Amino acid sequence: MAANETVPAIEGWFTEGDNPALIGTQCTQCKTFFFPREETYCRNPGCQSTEFESVELSREGTIWSYAEHFYKPPAPYIAPEPFEPYTIAAVELAEEKLVILGQMAKGVAHSDLKAGMKVELVVEPIYDLDDKTHTVWKWKPLAA
Amino acid sequence: MSKDVAVLGVGMHPWGKWGKNFVEYGVKACNDALKDAGIDWKDVDFVSGAETVRNGYPGYVAGATFAQALGWSGASVATSYAACASGATGINAARARILSGMSDVALVIGADTTPKGFLAPNAGERWDDPDWLRFRLMGCTNPTYFALYARRRMDIYGATEEDFAQVKVKNSRHGFTNPNARYKKKFTMEEVLGSNMVADPLRLFEICATSDGAACVVLTSMEYAKKHSTRPVRVSGVSTVTPTFPSTVIEMPNFSTDSAYSVPVPDTEFRDSIAAYAYEEAGVGPEDMSLAEVYDLSSALELDWYENIGLCKPGEAEKLLRDGDTTLGGRVPVNPSGGLACFGEAVPAQAIAQVCELVWQLRGQAGERQVEGAKAGITANQGLFGHGSSVLCTI
Repeated sequence: MAANETVPAIEGWFTEGDNPALIGTQCTQCKTFFFPREETYCRNPGCQSTEFESVELSREGTIWSYAEHFYKPPAPYIAPEPFEPYTIAAVELAEEKLVILGQMAKGVAHSDLKAGMKVELVVEPIYDLDDKTHTVWKWKPLAA
Repeated sequence: MSKDVAVLGVGMHPWGKWGKNFVEYGVKACNDALKDAGIDWKDVDFVSGAETVRNGYPGYVAGATFAQALGWSGASVATSYAACASGATGINAARARILSGMSDVALVIGADTTPKGFLAPNAGERWDDPDWLRFRLMGCTNPTYFALYARRRMDIYGATEEDFAQVKVKNSRHGFTNPNARYKKKFTMEEVLGSNMVADPLRLFEICATSDGAACVVLTSMEYAKKHSTRPVRVSGVSTVTPTFPSTVIEMPNFSTDSAYSVPVPDTEFRDSIAAYAYEEAGVGPEDMSLAEVYDLSSALELDWYENIGLCKPGEAEKLLRDGDTTLGGRVPVNPSGGLACFGEAVPAQAIAQVCELVWQLRGQAGERQVEGAKAGITANQGLFGHGSSVLCTI
């Protein structure tokens, strides 16, 4: 069987390649970061800016918390058959001072995780649809 | 000028999976509340409905749906939606009309018929809706968030699985004799810890189910109430606050937080600000509370609320639980009704049901789950997308 074509599950939210990163925006006036991208009105109540720059967010962060899932979620999640448990982590980015959720990379044992652990961003398959493998950002513990 | 309004009547339809139309539950709760208040439906001049999004158009316009079902009377109407906080928003709308002199008697009603299983987002391809995207991109369910908060307590404060299970054991004992509760079973620690893991560290018996049910309160001006009751319960504070930017604690249904890069995190985080606002309005503090009804969407989340409503400092909730302070007979019983652990969640009715429990407790009508000498109580809850919800009642 030929390998599926690989496409991002959502366009323009992350870069690919060896050092992938989430693509956010930064307000040109107050410098606040946004992910997902804010491109219309700044959400800092003290800022009236409507101009934003596209920025790649820090690739590394620390785990705020994490949760492993043992039941298949409802649609629109597209779960593999048979269903496999997966872990979601909330990760703090120190520079941007925000928290972003993402699945943990495949093969990472939930029991090896701890709040405060350093992780980095990777891009991995999340589901197959219409003969294409769709990818999304995930978190992976940094090699000690 | 007093900012108090009176709760003249309360009524509920028992929680369960009854498989009937939500309107039937709601009318039952309304009739019970009107009877409890000792007034006629035609004396109600404002109907404040809490919306259900799972029952089609009649649910979207819940206020009018119930007004029609009770018999069109020409009363003014409004319907509120604030997810789990809808009931408090409905109470606040009614209170505002009464305090401004526009209404004397308001009926606040929420009812729901819920589907089985995980609550799911709206159907269709919704690429600009975070509630849809969180499922699509990472399979992030509601229990995901509960589990993230629970694990955080374990890693930072040393909470244990036994602590979380103990909350369920406690609440199941509280709600055991509550006629409106859905689950009437005294769970043991072994049963809770033996139930299936859903979202580690939370197990099936520690995560709130979805239920059918209805709750109603009749709110009136203090002046009106004095003609019908010698000692009415008062609503002394209502909080429907939103977060203050930047809110950096991950909240359902978002998969990211605000950034604190340019503006520092406020002194009071969102969930701490919810009850704080109600206390300030009422001019009382956590030390004055005889009891609390908090939103135990998960057993572990109840522990967060102890801290958020000021019963103890951050990191001390487990001690409060272990010392029995929040158990019936303790210093400040939490969820004497049995909480969501015994009810499951009927979204638009739940915040109103919390107030019904406060009223029964403050009147001394709570039967075997009575908190002795209850003088003041607070509810705490939170709705998706930044809706704070807290109602403080006194007598």
